[in-house]
Amino acid sequence: MPEEIKAHITGVVFQIAAHAGDRVQAGDPVIVLESMKMEIPVEAPRPGSVKEIRVQVGQTVQDGDVVAIME
Amino acid sequence: MLRKVLVANRGEIARRVIRACRQLGIPSVAVYSEADARAPHVRDADEAVPIGPAPARQSYLSIPAIVDAALSTGADAVHPGYGFLSENWRFAQACRDARLVFVGPSVEAVRSMGDKTEARRRMAAAGVPVLPGSDGAVTDVEEAAGIAATVGFPVLLKAAGGGGGIGMARVDAAADLTGAFAAVRRRAEAAFGDAAVYVERYVQRARHVEVQVFGDDQGQVVHLHERECSIQRRHQKLVEESPAPGLSPALKDGLTRAAATGARAIRYVNAGTMEFLIEPSGAFWFLEMNTRLQVEHPVTEEVTGLDLVVAQLRVAAGAPLPWRQEEIRQRGAALECRIYAEDPAKGFLPSPGTITALVLPEGEGIRVESGVVVGSEVSVHYDPLLIKLVTCGATREDAVARMDKALAGCILEGVKTTIPFLRRVVAHPEFRRGAVHTQMVEQGAFNA
Repeated sequence: MPEEIKAHITGVVFQIAAHAGDRVQAGDPVIVLESMKMEIPVEAPRPGSVKEIRVQVGQTVQDGDVVAIME
Repeated sequence: MLRKVLVANRGEIARRVIRACRQLGIPSVAVYSEADARAPHVRDADEAVPIGPAPARQSYLSIPAIVDAALSTGADAVHPGYGFLSENWRFAQACRDARLVFVGPSVEAVRSMGDKTEARRRMAAAGVPVLPGSDGAVTDVEEAAGIAATVGFPVLLKAAGGGGGIGMARVDAAADLTGAFAAVRRRAEAAFGDAAVYVERYVQRARHVEVQVFGDDQGQVVHLHERECSIQRRHQKLVEESPAPGLSPALKDGLTRAAATGARAIRYVNAGTMEFLIEPSGAFWFLEMNTRLQVEHPVTEEVTGLDLVVAQLRVAAGAPLPWRQEEIRQRGAALECRIYAEDPAKGFLPSPGTITALVLPEGEGIRVESGVVVGSEVSVHYDPLLIKLVTCGATREDAVARMDKALAGCILEGVKTTIPFLRRVVAHPEFRRGAVHTQMVEQGAFNA
């Protein structure tokens, strides 16, 4: 089942930590947001593989935006 | 006296500096990013210059944009505030090269204290106690492991080019060192462009107490007493006060002497802060020196009755220190609470948004330093500090009681803030007793 990974805060994409095809464990950072001088990881909710990253470095994302899809 | 001062900052501190300029009759120039075109600091200043897009790297951290703004408006001095370029020696150097007065210490002082391993060396040489740790930057994990084994776990790994709690990790056991060492190097490289890391012993249940110092061109250095700053999250302060509660006269004397000695050793000019950790045993250690005006300077102003920013401007213009040490007295008590756009219920996650309602307390013994108004956009691009609430009184109990009421009277809607958390801090029995230490927030002492 594909599953959407959503940003839990508003911020700017600082780093893409995982890429399409990568295996991740629950709690691994998928992307890292920068907001108000803090780096905040958006983590994989469960073990699995990353199907797609929907954002680019430098892009602003809002709280609730889909940032990646898990397989 | 200075002719015109450019304020290279935003938010409450830009407004604070503009106010001091006005008091001295000096015209002020604000700078602003595209996100801040309608910000209060822009309206406060006599002139304002746009310096670039919202991201700080392209505006408030752009040395050429700020130097150009100063030159094009005929300013002869630049006040950097805190944060942004305030502790960037290249900026101080660029100001000097452009024949602009940098309202702060010398380029050399900014540079040597900005390199935290160099600062440790200089202070140790001056006889100021420094925490056991590495002599300089540590480049490989085996060396870090050797030092950690000597000083004993837990240890702190810190970025040599850093400060302000950024790029720091506590390591409790040898097994965790390799991962933490790599992570701190990576963060240090990203944040400061310098992957150098050093090791210090971690002190459990320590208090963070700092001393305000001030020097002038004639080589005089005074201290303006201490501030207690132990209530912190992510190694960053939330509540500060002066005096530090319950310090013995001997300990206080030791701290202020060490601070003045350290500042004299580097021929420090203008306002600066020597930060110390105090162990439960009463032993104290130099942590770092902040070569700028501190966020929490108002608590010192309230207990001494002195205006630090006005003094900064006068001393930067070449005037001698306006006070002798024996004239600087600490009277009563003052407390500062930092209102951040953060959600304390979610681990202090940032909370950007638009401020839709704002009512701030006023009255005897209450001082408000605010960078925002109704309608202000709280942007993801900048520090989340919105407002500093300061109260004072004849005793600590008076100042704390006033803070309790002042926080209860604050209405701020549109973003989540630290207000509910701060109310729990000032109501907490341990805080009321003055029994504070730097791990209280992370240990959940003030959780709802």
